[in-house]
Amino acid sequence: MLNSKIGLKLTFGVVLTVLIAIGIFAYFNIQSENKSLLMEVERHANQFSEHLKADMGYDMLHQDRKRIREGIQRIGEQDSVDRIQVFNKQGEIVYSSDPTEVGDVVDMNADICERCHGEGVPLSSLEGQERMRIFRTDEDSPRMLGIINPVYNEASCWTADCHAHPPSQTVLGMLDVTLPLTEVDRNIRRSQMAIVVLAISVILILSLIVSLLVRWWIDRPVQELLKATKHVSGGNLAYRVEVTRHDELGLLAKSFNNMTENLAQARLQLFQSDKLASLGRLAAGVAHEINNPLTAVLTNSSYLLKRSQGQPEVIDDLKIIVSETIRCREIVKSLLDFARQTTPKKRKANVNEIIHRAATVLENQLSIGNVDLIMDLDDSLPRVTVDANQIQQVFINLIANASDAIGASGGTINITSKSINLSAKGVLQIKRALCRKRHDLVDRKVQIDGKPAISMRYRKKKDTGLIHLNPMYGSNEHRLNDMPAIETGVELQCPDCSTSLMAEGELCPKCEAPIYAFEVPLKGLVQGCLRDGCGWHRWEQVDSGWNDEYVEVRVTDDGSGIPKSQLPKLFEPFATTKGQKGTGLGLAVTWGIVDNHNGTITVESEVGVGSSFIIRIPVGS
Amino acid sequence: MKQLRDILVIDDEPTITQVVVKVCSAEGMTVTAANDVTEALECLEKCNFRLALCDIMMHGLDGFQFLEELDERGIHTPVVMMTGYSTMENAVKSLASTGAVDYIPKPFTADELLTVINRSLRCGKLLEDAESASLQRVGSLSYVPCPAKYYGLGYVSWVLMEDEGIARIGVSDLFLKAAQGIKEFELSLPGESLVQGVPCAVATSPDGSEHEIMCPMGGEILEVNEQAQSNPSLVEKDPYFRGWLYRILPSNPAADLRWLSS
Repeated sequence: MLNSKIGLKLTFGVVLTVLIAIGIFAYFNIQSENKSLLMEVERHANQFSEHLKADMGYDMLHQDRKRIREGIQRIGEQDSVDRIQVFNKQGEIVYSSDPTEVGDVVDMNADICERCHGEGVPLSSLEGQERMRIFRTDEDSPRMLGIINPVYNEASCWTADCHAHPPSQTVLGMLDVTLPLTEVDRNIRRSQMAIVVLAISVILILSLIVSLLVRWWIDRPVQELLKATKHVSGGNLAYRVEVTRHDELGLLAKSFNNMTENLAQARLQLFQSDKLASLGRLAAGVAHEINNPLTAVLTNSSYLLKRSQGQPEVIDDLKIIVSETIRCREIVKSLLDFARQTTPKKRKANVNEIIHRAATVLENQLSIGNVDLIMDLDDSLPRVTVDANQIQQVFINLIANASDAIGASGGTINITSKSINLSAKGVLQIKRALCRKRHDLVDRKVQIDGKPAISMRYRKKKDTGLIHLNPMYGSNEHRLNDMPAIETGVELQCPDCSTSLMAEGELCPKCEAPIYAFEVPLKGLVQGCLRDGCGWHRWEQVDSGWNDEYVEVRVTDDGSGIPKSQLPKLFEPFATTKGQKGTGLGLAVTWGIVDNHNGTITVESEVGVGSSFIIRIPVGS
Repeated sequence: MKQLRDILVIDDEPTITQVVVKVCSAEGMTVTAANDVTEALECLEKCNFRLALCDIMMHGLDGFQFLEELDERGIHTPVVMMTGYSTMENAVKSLASTGAVDYIPKPFTADELLTVINRSLRCGKLLEDAESASLQRVGSLSYVPCPAKYYGLGYVSWVLMEDEGIARIGVSDLFLKAAQGIKEFELSLPGESLVQGVPCAVATSPDGSEHEIMCPMGGEILEVNEQAQSNPSLVEKDPYFRGWLYRILPSNPAADLRWLSS
């Protein structure tokens, strides 16, 4: 249990701090209370001693020894008084509350005598504190406060009738009063106890509150995160932590979720590229094995064709053998190109002718499957710059797929072609983006809608992170990691060199927010509004020189249709919907070819009604 | 004096050697077939050949080892390598070694084979003439070699590294002379990618044969020389300067340069 770690440590730390604080407070509090109580007792004892002395003085002047003795004994019997003694100059006890002591002579070295007789010459007067002493008679007895009060020789003493004291004498004797401190000590103990009880209860309450807060604020979310990391390390990359708070742990949870999502995406991509790599190896192996037999066929047939001039009945057949073998060669090449991701060899071509050629290749297959192929092609279609072999492969794939979707019962495939006009926005993908120091901003590790995103670093004071931009021109859609909506005061930078990507002094013509800009090599600047939600995007060179002419081809079948759940993954490699029948590569290759021609491929499908694949290819320069 | 024959073809697939023999014999050439490198070396002991046609991937000794053996024995027969599309990297590497003058990707048609053979025969002749001319210190070279700082892909094409990581690509004079002039160039378009060793242009000579020009360096085409396209004779007159074909943004120049000769 985590509570036993951080929670306990934190609680212990807080309790220790409180303990020390209360301890120091209690120590000084008790000290000062002790002091003030004692001072009060001392003042009281002093007064008591002075009163007693004044009272006795009167009786002494009248030589009323009996009254003095009785008075001392009576006062000495009170609880608040322990003992009263009167000494003469020689140390002999003259009067005492304990009559048995009368006549005893105290040792001049005793504590009480030391005060005046300690320094050789006896002192003639004692002041305030020096009169007091606190002592215990034995180990178990309560503390005692002793107060000695010297009886000075006064004019009234030597002028009295008895003439007992000569005027030269300064001190006549000592009055020693001993008071028990039982009451004071009890009060001190009581306040000490109160403070200890207070400290213990404060500590108990505090540790309870701290441990509850720790559990609520730290323990639970950390437990939740711990559980999530266990799930993720166990391979469940779909697990997400519930983010309900906005503190650091909430941010941690959010960033954990982001990390897991990125991890899942990276794993998927790794998986895909792994599949592509093995596809590449497979293609290379197939290409190598197939090359020699293909060479024999191609060289022999082309040699025969050369020698068969004037024999029209074989020339046509040989021409087909040669051209189809060359097509085989191109297929092998494009398979390797696909694995190597190179771009096609483009020439001006007529799409309608390519569609016809593709249909011819599949003629037999379609007639066996009772599939009618209806073509509605626009004769005025402009010639497009394409790799004819690759585009033919696209149509062969689409027609073969349509035929498979129709199945054994037969049906119809419609192919239409027409010329359309499309704006660059929403069609053109930004495939390269450079900062001023020519670092590539396109981040192949992050994909938006399956396309590598454009990554930029945002900075707002100390806050910084990555922002990913949808690479489709015209979308200007940001995807942020842990970042509040973009607003003023935010600067975008190149993630590699931190060069600013902001367009200085320029504002969005739509909403007047700051704008960013980056360069597409050979294709000018792309600018966009920084404010989230404002879709302003400008690519001047493309907008001005954009040829909005596109050729659109629709291949429609009335087959089984594709379930909605399979549509998003349709163009991924190995995402076959045909089970054992397909390789799962057809549509991936098709997508790759169309993408390499800067075209788009989309699908509209309804289960039970049929599917339509729509290909749009730019007419180009 | 050893007998002089035209072609020695080496491949471990008999169907390939058979068809090469058939096609070349029909053109009146004398052809000898060998099924492996050892056999080919034996043939070279007995006869001189004007050209050897050698597969790269073979059982036993391969095409590279064949080139090494020729070099060791001081045999200067020009060699054309044959290779499948999937092992194009090997073909590029073979041009970096001595002896190989050209290569032809498999599978090929009879015409493509004859075009490469005829061109390579003429190329071998030009090289031989140039060598004897320099030995006898008479006359001038019948072709202009690549200028300094240019890198050549064998005798086929050249690349010049310019500032800011941009490269210029063209075709070598020896290739143009061996092709006996060009009447038309078919060039790729800006924005397309080129791969080293894969054809980047097709040159048609006056006799109608189409010569594929192997690309010396991979990358993206930035600019196509319109003048070369509209006026092919410019390339023939000034192949290294005004007659360039493409300006490209190389994708991996350091790796590509390893297989080029300067």
